[in-house]
Amino acid sequence: MAIYNLQVNTKKHRVDVDSDTPLLWVIRDEIGYKGTKFGCGMGLCGACTVLLNGQAIRSCSTPVSSLKAGDKVLTIEGLSADVTHPVQKAWIEAQVPQCGYCQSGQVLAAAALLATNSNPSDAEIDMAMAGNICRCGTYQKMREAVHSAAKNLQTKKS
Amino acid sequence: MKKINETSRRDFIKLSAQATAFLAIGFSSKASNELVKLANKSALGIELNPYILINELGKVTLFNARPDMGQGTFQALPLLIAEELEVRLDQVDIQMSDGSGKFGSQLSGGSSSVKTRWIPMRTAGAAAKEMLVQTAAKRWNVSVSDCYAKEGAVYKKGSTVKLGYGELVEEASKLPVPTQPRLKAHSEFTQIGKSIPRPDVPSKVDGTAVFGMDVQVPGMLYASLVHSPTIYGKVKSFSAEKSMAVKGVRFVVKTERNFYHGPFPTEAFKAKAKTEAVAVVAESYWAALKGKKLVEVNWSTEGAETTSTDEFFLRANEAAKKEGAEYKDAKVGDVSKAFAISEKLIQAQYQSPFLAHAAMEPVNATVYVQDDSVEVWAPVQGPDALVEELATYLGIKKERVKINVTFLGGAFGRKAYYDFVLEAAHISKQVNAPVKLIWTREEDMQQGPYRPGMISAMKGGLDEKGNILGFEHKLVGASIMTSVFKFDMTGKSDPWAGEGINLEDSPYAFPSRRNSFEYVAPNLPMLWWRSVYASTNLFGHESFVDELAHAAKKDPLDVRMSLLEKSPRFIAVLEKLAQISNYRSKRAKGLGIGIAIARSFSSIAAHAFEVEKNGKGIRMKEVFSVIDCGTPVNPANIIAQVQSNIVYGLTATIKNEIRVVKGQVQNSNFNDYAVLRQGEIPKMTVHVMESTDVPGGVGEPGLPPVAPALCNAIFNLTGKRIRTLPFDLEQIG
Ligand code: FES
Ligand code: FES
Repeated sequence: MAIYNLQVNTKKHRVDVDSDTPLLWVIRDEIGYKGTKFGCGMGLCGACTVLLNGQAIRSCSTPVSSLKAGDKVLTIEGLSADVTHPVQKAWIEAQVPQCGYCQSGQVLAAAALLATNSNPSDAEIDMAMAGNICRCGTYQKMREAVHSAAKNLQTKKS
Repeated sequence: MKKINETSRRDFIKLSAQATAFLAIGFSSKASNELVKLANKSALGIELNPYILINELGKVTLFNARPDMGQGTFQALPLLIAEELEVRLDQVDIQMSDGSGKFGSQLSGGSSSVKTRWIPMRTAGAAAKEMLVQTAAKRWNVSVSDCYAKEGAVYKKGSTVKLGYGELVEEASKLPVPTQPRLKAHSEFTQIGKSIPRPDVPSKVDGTAVFGMDVQVPGMLYASLVHSPTIYGKVKSFSAEKSMAVKGVRFVVKTERNFYHGPFPTEAFKAKAKTEAVAVVAESYWAALKGKKLVEVNWSTEGAETTSTDEFFLRANEAAKKEGAEYKDAKVGDVSKAFAISEKLIQAQYQSPFLAHAAMEPVNATVYVQDDSVEVWAPVQGPDALVEELATYLGIKKERVKINVTFLGGAFGRKAYYDFVLEAAHISKQVNAPVKLIWTREEDMQQGPYRPGMISAMKGGLDEKGNILGFEHKLVGASIMTSVFKFDMTGKSDPWAGEGINLEDSPYAFPSRRNSFEYVAPNLPMLWWRSVYASTNLFGHESFVDELAHAAKKDPLDVRMSLLEKSPRFIAVLEKLAQISNYRSKRAKGLGIGIAIARSFSSIAAHAFEVEKNGKGIRMKEVFSVIDCGTPVNPANIIAQVQSNIVYGLTATIKNEIRVVKGQVQNSNFNDYAVLRQGEIPKMTVHVMESTDVPGGVGEPGLPPVAPALCNAIFNLTGKRIRTLPFDLEQIG
């Protein structure tokens, strides 16, 4: 066991876990943010997606020991205080989620995409979100929702 | 679409958390365990009937007795009550039922929720409304016809005088419950038929929705299992030493997995339907997983060496030569006579594979067994059946079983089978603590149960003008009934297996027809899987109708239209499909189109796929869909469910099958049991038919026509007939 100081959602957390513990289980069971989900444990489904310094990563395949000092982890709980991130708003507007289990990961993947590409094409959306499986098949609605979030972001800016 | 009202949502979370078992309703992570202790019904209000509670402030709590796995019951059923009770859905708080008898059947399955609860839920709402209105009328000393209810209050006609439901509920609750309250006419609906936002959606984009996976109870330990590599194995011996050395591992114990379902299995049956496993119980799930890798188990796997899916299909192909046990109720005329006089006889065999459900949320359950009681927090499709099953299993009273139903991260039939809950119970009992059991994705794929592998052996006879004289559909393969309930189907026509092709579901006016079933033992556990046998049966059925049309040199749509002349709902769906897909207009060169129609779970769905060449393969350009599910309760959700079925059905058609060699499942995770991803789907356009008929199912009917419509389109483009699923779209051109 070893002590790690992690910054998750603007707060510092001190955890005492084995060095090989995946970030996923640290976030869920040590820190208590349950929005990050376990889907495959192999980096194949994206249910465990979190943002590491703004980049979408698979927390199930990221050992806690691989995090560096100063790294910032953002989970779905930290995306906005009141469900008002443009992606969340677009998701609600389009009623994207069905079972909802994959959606924390989907929302974060979309947020990461829009942070670097304010007006992604279909192909760019497909590429950025191909790592996130939705077994309920909400793909078409998600694509529409990413476009409408992009539009809202742009009208905000202009 | 209307925006979610944020204030009401905050209210919703706050009130539900204060009120009761927050785990049951699915909003929680912000709540603490202390809140659970506050749980008591009086906080929710006074009960007008099991589904409706109202407190003095007028807060309405509605109970949803059909677990939500993504299909939308969390909204749809409370909406039926709200419509008649005269409250807006965004005024109410929704709770999940707990499996207790007063709620009746609580199974989300067979796309039955809205269909079977359409009248009962509205009646519950209407009866409560009448009690409230009567109470107000009495207070005002006017007749009930001088009062009306709206948005949670009773008004005196022609005035602004009103009494909120909260002011009336106590007195109203003492009135006799009207058994035949007046239900609204369709024209009076203000909420049914509108795409009202689902109240669970915000919690599913901010991480607060509580799934089984997210349950946390005081003193809880985590368990992982070492299941038999061949599913049905028994533990000869095991060594726990290395595993126990992992920090955090507390117990390594032998446990069992039960394959029986239903409340009253005999002792002999129970003994037979049982396998063994080793459980690693730890303080964290990661420790349990590490411990699992280090357990050394000596398995007894006798009999498994010969189990293979290839071998199963060889046997099934042999069995397809037999007559099959006839479905008496699907018999029309005499097919053998028809075949004898046919000008042209056509035969073909279609094969559908074994499949895993692979819901996004792996199978899991949190269970606490104490002396004579048990409490469960789990994603289950039917808490009432689980109450019975656990009571029988643990030998305790039903009243001592408490089920907290969480949101389900997908289920597709898998979570209506409670082997995993019984496993967790068996472990909890041994370690004397609440245990959260989580299967890995690998176990989810390798341990079953599976959708049955099936062959459809088809035979058709045409006269010299190309009219169909006889149509035979022989189902050959595994039986869910045998697997789940141990009813021997050898030589019998499995009553479940004929769905989707019986005379009601497939009303094609063939002058003669015969459906039959021939059982072939898979030696693997079987289970219902989204749309069940309709998912396999319609592939052969609707592909073969296409084959016969081509053999007769007729257009497949025309052939269907003429065979369905006497079935106006089918005709209307086909006409709409032809219209939105531009079926009749000439297609550009290099484009193909194919259709299929199917009725299952009381709704009719049809798809038209448009496909084009793509190098060595085929690309799906677009799919057009029409569904007639009776009265559409929430059109946006119906469209979402059809899209969901297209994606799920396509995965079953063009991705991987479950393969078994020497008793061992060869697939392991989403790398070798791939599912459709963003960028792999065709553009989808869905039309929902207007209707005032009783609602049919929505969660499954969109699936059965997917595979045949796609394969018919590929034939239209390439002349290549696909008869074995799955196939590789990139290699099929
Ligand atoms: S759980 Fe991490 S990618 Fe699937
Ligand atoms: S919404 Fe169910 S898996 Fe995506």
